[in-house]
Amino acid sequence: MTATVHGSRVRRSDAPAKARHGRSFLAVFLGYAVLVFLALVYLVPFLLQIVTSFKTQSDAAAHPLSLIPHPISTKNSIGRLANGSSGFPRALANSVLVTVLVTGGRVFLDSLAGYALARLRFPGRRVVFGAILAVMAVPGVVLLIPKFLVLNKIGIYDTYPALVLPLLADAAGVFIMKQFFESVSVTIEEAARIDGAGTFRLFWSVVLPMARPALITLTILSFQGSWNEFSQVLVSVQSSQYYTLPLWLGNLVTGSLGAGTQYPLKLSGALLATIPVALLFALLQRYFIRGANEGAVKG
Amino acid sequence: MATVTAAAPGASTNHPARRRRRGTGIRGPERTAGWFFVSPAVILLVVFLAVPVLMALWVSFTDWNGIGTPFRLNIPTVGLRNYTDLFTKDALTRRDFMTSIRNIFYYTLLVVPLQTALALSLALLVNGKMLKGKGFFRSAFYFPSVTSSVAITTVFLFVFNGGALNAILAKVGIHGPEWLADSNGVVQNLLGALHIADPNNPPSALANHGFLSLSWWEWLSGPSVAMCAIIALVVWTTAGTFMLIFLAALQDISVDIEEASVLDGASAWQRLRYVLLPMLKPTMFLVVTLGLIGSWQVFDQVYLATQGGPDKTTLSPAYLSYTSGFKDHSWGVGSAMAFVLFAIIIIFTLFQRFIMRDRDEARAKRRERQARRAAAQGGGTS
Repeated sequence: MTATVHGSRVRRSDAPAKARHGRSFLAVFLGYAVLVFLALVYLVPFLLQIVTSFKTQSDAAAHPLSLIPHPISTKNSIGRLANGSSGFPRALANSVLVTVLVTGGRVFLDSLAGYALARLRFPGRRVVFGAILAVMAVPGVVLLIPKFLVLNKIGIYDTYPALVLPLLADAAGVFIMKQFFESVSVTIEEAARIDGAGTFRLFWSVVLPMARPALITLTILSFQGSWNEFSQVLVSVQSSQYYTLPLWLGNLVTGSLGAGTQYPLKLSGALLATIPVALLFALLQRYFIRGANEGAVKG
Repeated sequence: MATVTAAAPGASTNHPARRRRRGTGIRGPERTAGWFFVSPAVILLVVFLAVPVLMALWVSFTDWNGIGTPFRLNIPTVGLRNYTDLFTKDALTRRDFMTSIRNIFYYTLLVVPLQTALALSLALLVNGKMLKGKGFFRSAFYFPSVTSSVAITTVFLFVFNGGALNAILAKVGIHGPEWLADSNGVVQNLLGALHIADPNNPPSALANHGFLSLSWWEWLSGPSVAMCAIIALVVWTTAGTFMLIFLAALQDISVDIEEASVLDGASAWQRLRYVLLPMLKPTMFLVVTLGLIGSWQVFDQVYLATQGGPDKTTLSPAYLSYTSGFKDHSWGVGSAMAFVLFAIIIIFTLFQRFIMRDRDEARAKRRERQARRAAAQGGGTS
């Protein structure tokens, strides 16, 4: 019986299959051509960025497209960045500090809150969750003036706390953790609870270790978010001693140095600012992709 | 099945005794622990989101110029004037605001369709079953989305202003424009090229009449060349994120459906047009609305690449709101603009959530019905 079904199916699709073969070859070829073109569109800018970081200023201006620096020089790019007077080393240190504090803080506070909203029954839980959903709809750009006002009012504008504290407030992370905790089974927790573990002990030593995948996703989102953040820190500080890498680079790019000049310096600064995220991306790509899809749900 | 329906009302009436015991028994500490767990996150959100919004709302009703604090009793309030000036008073404020609305309209008009189409094309290409090196291409297209907007904009400044793109165009014999410094509207340029209207001497019917502080000629300018460069940058950067959303949806479409359409003799185009696209409709809706919401928020690229210039043709509402406060010290006007922008974005967001929720509910109900039917059948056979 299976044999006849199989046989008839092959016979039926035999004739069109040949015609389709020729067409599909062309389709595959065209598909690859488009793909390679688009890949070039996506890769060439980065390639030019890397190459230009090793060019002299005049070489970059005269031959923007050449892929071989002539002569190879880092004096005007990475060499100048390494010098403390460029402000780059300080901005790098600030960025590392902010990113570590914000990522650590967000992961801890978001999972605490997410766990409570998913599992613990306490009065006002629904109201809190509703408020978190509402807050997620507030677009960051309308908060620029409001953030400045509050930082000014509580007297921490242009300080390190102003760089870190506002970024710790993260409704989307709470939402992601709540969704995660709701998706895992309660049996292990119940067992631990019967064994008499307190709520925080239970959370710390039973729940968190089980939440590893969600924690990695959240770590990546927070790392990437705080390392790259521009507009929210732009309104939090103004002195160059507090610049993070995006602020430092933004200041360099929009500065009065002239639009046509300094590309080796600017591009190498951008390159160094990109490397940490690029490394993380290369190592943990699937978590990035999961994070992107979860980010989409929040809207 | 009968037992299930009988059990349900029993559970919902709640035995009061059991419920009370819950509060004090093994789940007793939950009440305090719950608040203890959520309070740090809630306090941060209140202090850095809710309170600032209320403060800015107050400032939007004042004339505060940045001196002293706006939170004192004798600060001069102006009622709704900061809001009404944006729409009814023929002055520089309204002119700038309407210019930013025009700019963002053209920006959205191009960015949303282009990034949706590019994202869908990338997803379809990367999803190809025969493709070798799928992961490599996916990473290449997605990478700009994870990179800092400042770093990406710096690279694009080099591409557009540093001469890289024009060097490529020169190779095929095109003399490229000065991209980020070119304020000419592309519609105006097109009309000029077709000899319908001269951009240097626009038809008086359009140039001498207007609406909300801009002449019709200005309203109909189209995006400037500089704005087109920013549009290209944004489409290039964000398409990767939306590609991932499309890819996730494509992977959910069952292989059976694809195979069935192949067996029915559908060509690749027919499969795309009549099978895949209809099934991707919900995803398409998500991508388009996310694109709309995102477009109104463009800030970083404008700040870094053009600062609203040349000739204010890349001014976006978010950037204008920022400069009104931080550069011109008209904090009330800047806050009012932010709230108008807020209202516009919230309308899109609520619309999206409303439609998506409807759909999710319908899907959940369908699944529930199927599960019940399956359970009933299962009960019948056993």
